[in-house]
Amino acid sequence: MTKRAALAAFAALGLSVSSAAAGPTIDAVKKRGQLVCGVNPGVAGFGLPDDKGQYTGFDVDFCRAIAAAVFNDPTKVRYVALSAKDRFTALQSGEIDVLSRNTTWTQSREVGQGFLFGAVTYYDGQGFMVRKKLNVGSALELSGASVCVQQGTTTELNLADYFRSHDMKYEPVVFATADEGIKSYDTGRCDAFTSDMSQLYAERTKLGQPDDHVILPEVISKEPLGPVVRQGDDQWFNLVKWTHYAMVTAEELGVTQKNVDDKLKAPNPETKRLLGTEGNFGEGLGLTADWAYRIVKHVGNYGEIFEKNLGEGSRLKIKRGINALWTKNGLQYAPPIR
Amino acid sequence: MDPRAFLRTAPEPTLPPPPGATGFFALWRARLFADATTGVLTVLGLALIVWAAPILFRFLILDAVWTAPDGKACAAPGAGACWAYVWRKFPFFMYGSYPVEHRWRVDVTLLAGAALIVWLLWRGAPRKGLAAFLFFAVYPVAAFFLLRGAEFLGLPVVSTDLWGGVLVTLIMALAGIVFSLPFGVLLALGRRSRLPVVRAFSVGFIEIMRGVPMITVLFMANLMLPLFVPPALSPDRLLRPLVGVALFASAYMAEVIRGGLQAMPKGQFEGAMALGLTYPQRMRLVILPQVLTIVIPGIVNTFIGLFKDTTLVAIVGIFDFLRTVETARLDPEWAGPTIATTGYVFAALFYFVFCFGMSRYSLGVETSLQKGRTR
Repeated sequence: MTKRAALAAFAALGLSVSSAAAGPTIDAVKKRGQLVCGVNPGVAGFGLPDDKGQYTGFDVDFCRAIAAAVFNDPTKVRYVALSAKDRFTALQSGEIDVLSRNTTWTQSREVGQGFLFGAVTYYDGQGFMVRKKLNVGSALELSGASVCVQQGTTTELNLADYFRSHDMKYEPVVFATADEGIKSYDTGRCDAFTSDMSQLYAERTKLGQPDDHVILPEVISKEPLGPVVRQGDDQWFNLVKWTHYAMVTAEELGVTQKNVDDKLKAPNPETKRLLGTEGNFGEGLGLTADWAYRIVKHVGNYGEIFEKNLGEGSRLKIKRGINALWTKNGLQYAPPIR
Repeated sequence: MDPRAFLRTAPEPTLPPPPGATGFFALWRARLFADATTGVLTVLGLALIVWAAPILFRFLILDAVWTAPDGKACAAPGAGACWAYVWRKFPFFMYGSYPVEHRWRVDVTLLAGAALIVWLLWRGAPRKGLAAFLFFAVYPVAAFFLLRGAEFLGLPVVSTDLWGGVLVTLIMALAGIVFSLPFGVLLALGRRSRLPVVRAFSVGFIEIMRGVPMITVLFMANLMLPLFVPPALSPDRLLRPLVGVALFASAYMAEVIRGGLQAMPKGQFEGAMALGLTYPQRMRLVILPQVLTIVIPGIVNTFIGLFKDTTLVAIVGIFDFLRTVETARLDPEWAGPTIATTGYVFAALFYFVFCFGMSRYSLGVETSLQKGRTR
């Protein structure tokens, strides 16, 4: 017992020392000449090495956007592949500058563990996939269905809550891994398969006949995913947050990777402020005035990144859904740059 | 009458075997249907083969997709193993994220390593001493500079986060094997030492390492260590589990070798002492050569275990070979029902080839070294 207490004390000491020692991150990043970004070693569409071993994906492009803003070069990133278990330690210990690894924003992670979530880059949530021939248009019609679900996850609990709160019967068929679950669903062991939306689209591509299956529109849980930084460095926190907002604003203003150079001459004052032809909004972030121009030029706006990695440009074909701009009935909304 | 008349003067002619005891059928009948139990097992075994072999053959060979530009052909209904996918992802399996233009450095390192290992292991090869010196002293340093890079040699640094695939698996296994044998010998000798401090250290080390699962060691290395030491001093992400694996294997190796020491007759120790040999001489010239010969199966067993245990490093975010297979199968370009199976079959073949190779080689060494003891 005393041993354990001593160990805990050591761990606490180590934590406080290292987080106190982490100074202004932006200076460290500039001095190093490289951003160190924690990414997922393998989630289709979000972070995955391609044939050549280069990381690609939605979360990876966020790292590239930060690097573009800081260095005007999106390749100046070192990616550290982190498992779900060691991602927070890596951030806490200062091994990485930012964690961009489909991490769910929860209260306890900010309050209890000393992290800050910059923004919600992707609104995820649990959904259902069913066969088209079942003719089910809504999750509310799933009463009496058997549902394949991964064991011991929040997914399993959400499923139970959802069916209970709507007073519907269901038969859970649990599996240890998502792989087993989707295999069994494919062989007809259950009527529906449930998982996070982003995951459902990826799992669907593994089915024998992906086009025979449809993903229902209902989202039954909240899984806001976003980049995470350590507490205690507000400037860096702002930089990460505004990297996302710059990309969203760019989409809103119709500034794309292709037309960004033309847009430099645009008369729209919002566009001018975004691209740095008016005012100097990068200064407070420790960046140059054209920080957002660099992001869009090298990586693209939010919509472009989404479509390239997750949407129509990829095999996942995820719909924008709640990740559409607020002007298009979605939730992506950026405070004004002014 | 000759009193020895009842003695034979010539051997009796050999009788022919009873009918039905020789020939092809008899031989196989004796092997496969000697009694009822054997017969039932044979039938069951044959049934299993007849049932499984065609399915496997169809999936792995007949229906397999050998070439395809992307995953569409593999995802078609009725398609078997997707070898096109393995072929396409092969560079990733080999090198992980190692930069494409520098992959020749990995090739050179692995080929040189393979050449040295063949030289060392090929019985009857000349100048083994030189080979050992090159392999144990020169090669690790050269490999380090070649793989990691050094500015003064004009080789750009490739950080170890980018290493992956077969490269990492082999590095883990080789470092573990090369380190654990000598260190294990020292620990085993230390455990039998009469010096209390040495003994206590050895016993403590061995028992602690054997008392915890390897995963714990890896987690400790990758999760706890960074919390205690500042990032600048913290060892490399690849080095940490590497050291963990090597120390872990050493503890097991020490116990294998202690088993051999235990099996040595006391007379060997006393005889060596009587010759006036010093402790290092006794060990080097008399005891250890015999001990190591006895425990070859145990040593190789530990090596094989270690080779397969390297897959555990995936848990702390290192891209070993199995992890690259696991990752590559997620690629939406290639997604399909058979991709995961194909990847795992390929991984199984890879590990089998290496482990079976080690096992056969050790069997050969054993037979040749045991010649003097065969009775």
